[in-house]
Amino acid sequence: MSALLQLADGAAWSWNPAEDLRQMWAFPFMVNAFRAGTIVAVTAGVMGWFMVLRRQSFAGHTLAVVGFPGASGAVLVGVGATYGYFAFCVAAALVIAAVPRGGRSGGVQESALTGTVQAFLLACGFLFTALYKGLLGGTTSLLFGSFLGITTRQVWVLLAVAAAVLAALAVIGRPLLFASVDPDVAAARGVPVRSLSTAFLVLLGAAAAGTSQITGTLLVFALLVMPAATAQALTARPGPGLLLSAAVAVAVTWLGLTVAYFTPYPIGFWVTTFAFGCNVLARAGAFAAGRLRAGTPAPLPAAGGAA
Amino acid sequence: MTSPVLLAAPGWAPALGQPFFQHALVAGTGIAAAAGLVGYFLVLRAQVFTGDALSHVAFTGALAAFALGASLRIGLYGGCIAFALLLGVLGKRGRADDVVIGSVFSWILGLGAFFLTLYTTSRSAGNGNAGVGVLFGSIFGLSSGQALTAALVGAGICAAVLAVARPLLFASVDEAVAAARGVPVRVLGFVFLALVGACAAEATQAVGSLLILGLLAAPAGAAQRMTVRPFLALALSAGLAVAEMWAGLAMSYAVPKTPPSFGILAVATAVYGATFLRKPRGRRAAAAANAA
Repeated sequence: MSALLQLADGAAWSWNPAEDLRQMWAFPFMVNAFRAGTIVAVTAGVMGWFMVLRRQSFAGHTLAVVGFPGASGAVLVGVGATYGYFAFCVAAALVIAAVPRGGRSGGVQESALTGTVQAFLLACGFLFTALYKGLLGGTTSLLFGSFLGITTRQVWVLLAVAAAVLAALAVIGRPLLFASVDPDVAAARGVPVRSLSTAFLVLLGAAAAGTSQITGTLLVFALLVMPAATAQALTARPGPGLLLSAAVAVAVTWLGLTVAYFTPYPIGFWVTTFAFGCNVLARAGAFAAGRLRAGTPAPLPAAGGAA
Repeated sequence: MTSPVLLAAPGWAPALGQPFFQHALVAGTGIAAAAGLVGYFLVLRAQVFTGDALSHVAFTGALAAFALGASLRIGLYGGCIAFALLLGVLGKRGRADDVVIGSVFSWILGLGAFFLTLYTTSRSAGNGNAGVGVLFGSIFGLSSGQALTAALVGAGICAAVLAVARPLLFASVDEAVAAARGVPVRVLGFVFLALVGACAAEATQAVGSLLILGLLAAPAGAAQRMTVRPFLALALSAGLAVAEMWAGLAMSYAVPKTPPSFGILAVATAVYGATFLRKPRGRRAAAAANAA
């Protein structure tokens, strides 16, 4: 059946890669999709590495998901969806950061609050789409992503945001790493752990807002968590880990875009599937390497321990 | 907060006379009570992220059932319970790692997008909104049979949670001591995960797969902010969930433009937010921590 749909689509894979790529890149929207995809993949890979290190997957997922009410609300009031994404994601980051952490009960309250914020904002998104009847067809692409119709202006906006996020991260990178690995010692050494945590959440929100526009709000999280988890299963060193995470994110995005162009299935499915494949391979490889060095424990950080 | 609107609405007798409203009330009560009880333990065990993951799996399960032509119920329950148990297997002592949960469920969600495309492209028009219905629920569209089933399943989940409540509480608060005292911690973890899966599958029909998390987290979080006594908090969590369900349904009946899922979550969030206004317990706890 998929072959039939491919024919209907008009874009069939001919097993001549050079010809296929030329055909695909003949369309300006595909070129823009590749540009935008590369930008968001690098940002998501780098931010995701810190997110996994700091074990803030839940907060990251929530920030990723609240782009949906942002976009639908922006469409409802008639401003660009891009503003909605950024406004909601950054606002949610501030709300989550406002909860005092610390101690066991702090962690418990934080997760309850994060969950409530997420569900309530999604419900708001549903309300906005219900009020704005014309959007119903677009709901699915807001949630699951679409690489069609990315304008050159959008690419520039994404590039500017990505550059700002990465620059800010470069500035706070070293203390953030210290604070993430050992918050108590970092606090004792005078590192402002609390404000670093807030700054990180805001940056994560901005990165999630940018990524949402390509992968859809429900699948941003895949691009945040899976390349980072893959990288951390392979190396615990920060420099190579960050590079690997960004490289995996870019690779799965390119592969996902190409395959999505030639098949009728959505890009979100392909990107998550390739990323999950990388993740499973990396964990299996790390596990096998650990087994070969019989006796010595595998060089896994805490993140890989449960596989 | 909604009282002016509610007072201005037409009398409540006709609302209760409407079959769709009665069905929503019956199903909603069972679902909310189950979600309140399960949610309390979910928050206590800091496993809210598991609930988040399960809510997304419910979407894929439902869409897979649609796409393959199977019964919705099989897809929902099969998907959720199987995934819940998988999380138990992946983790140590029946608790999975955040990153593992995140990786697995975001892939499963991608699979859901695949089934959605398969479903909307392989069958003819008229079901383009199936995905939206699953994601955000349609409690006002339940038939009397569905409502009765939902209420009974909700009652069953409640009974199961209450049956394991004491040992589960012990295992959640201090796992090591509970294990030393012979409490089957690992088995309890699995039983609890299966109950969360069943609850998520059940609640998908009411508030939709994306919003279950609110029904699980908000009443439980509010109850835990109000009291430290576990069984009181457990009862409070279930009671709040049911009351929030009723208020949400009433609100969306009074203001027809708001979908019921939004009404329920708006009330739940407002109640949870209100617990932040009075913070004697937090301050007292902080003072105690400082003194210690």
